[in-house]
Amino acid sequence: MAISANVRTSLQEELAGIKEQGLLKEERFIHSPQASHIEVEYPRGSAPKKVINLCANNYLGLSSHPDVIQAAHQGLDTRGYGMSSVRFICGTQDIHRTLEQKLTQFLGTEDTVLFPSCMDANAGLFEAVLNDRDVMISDRLVHASIIDGITLCREKRKTRYDSYKHSDMDHLEQKLQEYQDARIRMIITDGVFSMDGDIAPLDKIVALAEKYDAMIFLDDSHASGFMGKTGRGTHEHCGVFGKIDVITTTLGKALGGASGGCVSGRREIVELCRQKARPYLFSNTMPPVIVNAAIKVVDLISATTERRDKLERNTAFWRKGLTEAGFDLKAGDSPIVPVMLYNAKLAQDVSRDLFNEGIYVIGFFFPVVPKGAARIRTQISAGHEIADLEFALEAFKKVGAKYGILGKGKKEIIEMYGN
Amino acid sequence: MDELHKAILDYVIREYVDADSDEELGVDSPLISSGIVDSFSMVSLKTFLEKKYKISIPDAKASPEAFDSVTKIAALVREFAPNA
Repeated sequence: MAISANVRTSLQEELAGIKEQGLLKEERFIHSPQASHIEVEYPRGSAPKKVINLCANNYLGLSSHPDVIQAAHQGLDTRGYGMSSVRFICGTQDIHRTLEQKLTQFLGTEDTVLFPSCMDANAGLFEAVLNDRDVMISDRLVHASIIDGITLCREKRKTRYDSYKHSDMDHLEQKLQEYQDARIRMIITDGVFSMDGDIAPLDKIVALAEKYDAMIFLDDSHASGFMGKTGRGTHEHCGVFGKIDVITTTLGKALGGASGGCVSGRREIVELCRQKARPYLFSNTMPPVIVNAAIKVVDLISATTERRDKLERNTAFWRKGLTEAGFDLKAGDSPIVPVMLYNAKLAQDVSRDLFNEGIYVIGFFFPVVPKGAARIRTQISAGHEIADLEFALEAFKKVGAKYGILGKGKKEIIEMYGN
Repeated sequence: MDELHKAILDYVIREYVDADSDEELGVDSPLISSGIVDSFSMVSLKTFLEKKYKISIPDAKASPEAFDSVTKIAALVREFAPNA
């Protein structure tokens, strides 16, 4: 049956509501490979404009690295394009096993299973492992995909759920005390939080987990490949490598940027995911072209820390430059550097003006971030050269001066623009 | 402010407001629609109410609208515990 006029009208009204609230998401067409310099068609229909990209998750600059592209070609040539199967029927090649083994070694865990995405890993893990005798206790700023996974688990397995204030260890301890009757207490956190760029206090979380016999789930999607001295992730950064029970991460950010994710951790948890996680069981296998390229990525970053070292230097340069220029930043060490503007319209205006200056950034505002916490999230890459960042700094200073926000803090910016 | 309103307001501040926040909350301050309490972490508030007042609030009644201020929450509690 065709869609009825009434249904179409109802859907159109919903879309109009999204637009009226200023929440309509508009794709911008990029006419070049993903890199630090890209060509963007914006507004639609205009000639592509060359800009410096400061909003990709391409932290290590590997998305279009020649060795990675060559490995992708090799995967295509030697293992074909698609597998036309889920993993456990006829969708597992030798290279899937190789990638899982390499990720296990890189992340310092016992075993790894690939998923079509980290979103799928997060959606599938909890209900595969937990039941109604368990409790999930999450940081309140975890990624949306974790919230979806928790919701599924609560509905399907009747697992209890609670949350603690962002990175507040006293609050977490109180929650762990409350649920001492549970079979499993699973503490759930991101490693690097995607909107603020701050880092979970994993050393303290590990101490609490040991004290209260809890397990730790870590989504390290914004950290794998570069946080820690050898880039293993937030657990290395915080000195608790090997002490995390389950890590999920993505191959869609620093680790090549194409797609795919994994669950890596205690052998039994990984095996339960293989047996029970629905996105693993009912979604197609990762294609050989991406698997082969991801193997090359892990080899590259295991052989040298050159790229994560450059990223660290670039991030320090960028943070120092913005701070000296007088911007109000969220503090942190990660390559996610949010420039706080507090007002949604101001964030949109500043990002538009920066685009005109040759800098591609996006304004974020409620409901993606809390009300009154609008910002421009800049993301630094090892693919940036210092000259790129100097150019970007000049553009930021020019636009910042235009809006009179340089040297102004939260209170003053809100007084000028509201929140 | 009666005991019920005070107990709920105290819990909301303790559970949801950061120690360094300059947020000032009253019994009619919007909680969910303002983003102070997100609809997902609302579950701990519901658990607190159910334990403290020995009631069971059906999920259908525990809507973000019904939890949007201390006054509304207190009214909801009194539906199930008139003497609270």
